[in-house]
Amino acid sequence: MIFGKLTLDAIPFDEPIIMGTGAVVALGGLAVLALITYYRKWGYLWSEWITSVDHKRIGVMYFVLALVMLLRGFADAIMMRTQQAIAANDAAGYLPPHHYDQIFTAHGVIMIFFVATPFILGLMNFVTPLQLGARDVAYPFLNSLGFWLSVAGAILVMVSMWVGDFAGTGWVSYPPLAELAYSPTVGVDYYIWSLQISGIGTTLAGVNFIVTIFRMRAPGLTLMKMPVFCWTTLITNILIVAIFPVLTATLALLAADRYLGMHFFTNELGGNAMMYINLIWVWGHPEVYVLILPAFGVFSEVISTFSGKPLFGYKSMVYATSSIGVLSFFVWLHHFFTMGSGANVNAFFGIMTTIISIPTGVKLFNWLFTMYRGRIRFHTSTLWTIGFMVTFAVGGMTGVLLAVPGADFLFHNSLFLVAHFHNVIIGGVVYGSLAGMSFWFPKVFGFTLNEFWGKVSFWCWLVGYWLAFTPLYVLGFMGMTRRMNHYDVPAWHPWLVAAWVGACIVGLGILAIIVQLAVSIRDRNKNRDLTGDPWDARSLEWSTASPVPFYNFAHVPVITSLEQHWDDKESGRAGLAPPDYEDIHMPRNTSAGFVMSVFGFVLCFALVWHMWAVAAICALGVIGTFIARAYDRNTDYTVPAEEVARIETERLALRAQGA
Amino acid sequence: MASLSPCRPPSHGLLGRAIIILAPLALGGCDQLVLLDPKGAIGVQEKFLTLLALGIMSAVVIPVMALTLFFAWRYRASNRKAVYAPNWEHSTKIELVVWSIPCCIVFFLALLIWGSTHKLDPYRPLTSEVAPLRVDVVALNWKWLFIYPDYGIATVNRLAIPAGTPINFRLTSESMMNSFFIPQLGSQVYAMAGMQTQLHLIADQPGLYAGRSSAFSGPGFSDMHFDTAAMPAEQFKAWIAEAGAAPLTLDRAAYDALAKPSIKTPPTIYGRVEPGLFDSIVDSFMGDRMPTTAKQASLGTDK
Repeated sequence: MIFGKLTLDAIPFDEPIIMGTGAVVALGGLAVLALITYYRKWGYLWSEWITSVDHKRIGVMYFVLALVMLLRGFADAIMMRTQQAIAANDAAGYLPPHHYDQIFTAHGVIMIFFVATPFILGLMNFVTPLQLGARDVAYPFLNSLGFWLSVAGAILVMVSMWVGDFAGTGWVSYPPLAELAYSPTVGVDYYIWSLQISGIGTTLAGVNFIVTIFRMRAPGLTLMKMPVFCWTTLITNILIVAIFPVLTATLALLAADRYLGMHFFTNELGGNAMMYINLIWVWGHPEVYVLILPAFGVFSEVISTFSGKPLFGYKSMVYATSSIGVLSFFVWLHHFFTMGSGANVNAFFGIMTTIISIPTGVKLFNWLFTMYRGRIRFHTSTLWTIGFMVTFAVGGMTGVLLAVPGADFLFHNSLFLVAHFHNVIIGGVVYGSLAGMSFWFPKVFGFTLNEFWGKVSFWCWLVGYWLAFTPLYVLGFMGMTRRMNHYDVPAWHPWLVAAWVGACIVGLGILAIIVQLAVSIRDRNKNRDLTGDPWDARSLEWSTASPVPFYNFAHVPVITSLEQHWDDKESGRAGLAPPDYEDIHMPRNTSAGFVMSVFGFVLCFALVWHMWAVAAICALGVIGTFIARAYDRNTDYTVPAEEVARIETERLALRAQGA
Repeated sequence: MASLSPCRPPSHGLLGRAIIILAPLALGGCDQLVLLDPKGAIGVQEKFLTLLALGIMSAVVIPVMALTLFFAWRYRASNRKAVYAPNWEHSTKIELVVWSIPCCIVFFLALLIWGSTHKLDPYRPLTSEVAPLRVDVVALNWKWLFIYPDYGIATVNRLAIPAGTPINFRLTSESMMNSFFIPQLGSQVYAMAGMQTQLHLIADQPGLYAGRSSAFSGPGFSDMHFDTAAMPAEQFKAWIAEAGAAPLTLDRAAYDALAKPSIKTPPTIYGRVEPGLFDSIVDSFMGDRMPTTAKQASLGTDK
């Protein structure tokens, strides 16, 4: 009753790789906990971070989550590359199929849900309210809740490594393979509940940002005066709210099959797996635009700032972004042209998919013409942007090729496909997130990142990406399909070894990011940004201090133009001390989001292992905490004008010193 | 090829030809790039389609990539000779051009997609003077069963076909979804349990072509490959006769035994097959309800 199906047998003591990793993670975790205790930082951590509803801190925590999970996702990647580099000519390699299958599933799930999604949610959290001139998001508590639910999902995936197993079904877990009959272990249940809990978090974030953008803009900030990053945030979050409920419903149906003996997607009793495949891609294809649009927003901000010019074709960018949002709902079937749909259906979805490349192509041209007649400074974030433009162009082209059904009949599920989506996700989402990191880092922490290590990281990622994935394009032409544990075609081997080398170079790129962070923190006093505007940038967030005070702006700015900060600088209005200060109304920190997520995590873990009593208690805990929070009237407070004046005067004095 | 006319031998575009010539130089041997070395009419058309689509797009993508690098270099901050237009952010002419270029390409691609998707529809029978051979394919865990309903024989993990003869495949699966794919012959199509899909392929030349599943189907997936032996018509006739003499019989009981999960199952030949076995596999999830109706429906798609 208490432990359900969970016994000590669930821990894979006989797997040295897993237990070794477990020991490393456990020791590392203990070391971190010990350090926090030694430096007496628990109180600080609790009151300043864990219970924080400040959108900036939540943004930072999303980024930390993404970087930590990137290490895990990359570890999976290098293990797969190693397996394929040695399992030639039907050699078994070092990973048995059951372990290997879990690794490629976990790699996909982690990289999409717990790396790419937190990256973009982190950027949106930090940047959007600042660009809107808002003090926080519309629902600060929901924001905290959404973040901690995502963390709960990530931890659940991590726990599956040591307690039980993870799904070995591929990252979208197609039935019938994902059904109880063929995946009887708890792996798919871990998959379902980790995505359910983090998916709810993402949906909440979507609701929050739509309302924030529609209701919290500074006076005078019309929609067509918003920076392109805000536009991409808006469209992305509309997509999130439209599609994540589909994912939740789809996984709920799969859970009903596995837990309640239903037959939505089974082979027998009228179930139909094709329904699942359609539903999961109704979510899945817009999801890639959810990820890429904010990255496009980052590139738009970076390229215009470092070219010293306004973004070329602002209106085109807005229309292009919006039309991508609409079109993304009409392309999902291109994920399974080979299912046997009629030629009319396949042709329709093929053509729709090529049409979506029109606004994407326009964006590329607009960035190009933003550079044209500019004064380009090669900051690390500029390099990421140029690297993206060159890399993504190829990914877009191979994507359109896959949209041609007659060609897809050859490349479907091949390594060509794998190369394509890594091309656009690494070349787009990852480059974009890292560009955003080096761009906005001084705004977050008040000092700039080390440029040398940033550039080392960029070159490793660029060279590593091309070396790792060009061979995969070639292997697609050689007829190699994805997800193979071993193979008997000798000609594939050299290409897979080359891909392994490429993956290692990407690994060096990740290492360089860690070094960059360490070096930058060490040298932080040398690289303080006292002006609040280290890049001579153009949008509103650069008009306030670095690091941003918790209330964002001493005065809510009044907006008169698209590039408010730039125009203020041109007219000499920027950075002037206001005549007086006023009281500021702010949301109060709350532990409710964290507590609900802790209950939610245990609830999901209990559901995985059929611990019904524990699950019931935790469900009550979630609901009870929520009700308690709903009755809490003490959710906000006022910062007195004197306090604001003190903080602002101090900052202006510091700036005067620096200048 | 002569007897078959779904498409004229492809007249490669200049760029397509350049890619074909350059590919082996860069990659050290075209023979390993099996998709560029198709052995059947469907594969030939799909290869041409791939290179054509890539060629059309490269015509824009490569200049854009070059222009990106050129602009980045030309307008670097240290180059004070380059024009700097700090307020320039709009040009109706340029915007018109940047919207029209992708629109034009997509217009051509849309025409190409509409035509090729209908011509290459896997369900579309190939036109040929030679009568087609019927092969029923069952994806098992983790091996392939090929039933030849015209000859009452079956094979496991080895597909024998006559070259120059259209093959009409019907596909299903015992449980897991797989994708039936012989790269050098062209299109792949899913094999799904309780359902029947179709695929029409042809091998123009005799040879041994690798076939595999390209949809992950569980632990034994990586070994789910088979050889396709395309042989001259005479040799195929001889093979049929020889296979018919094989001692094994594939009846329902033998099928149930075969269907048990296994990997690296050696190629096997069954000299006799229980009639209607394929349809009964398709119907196997229907329980006792309407088996005959379902059977008629699945037979109704046959010619």
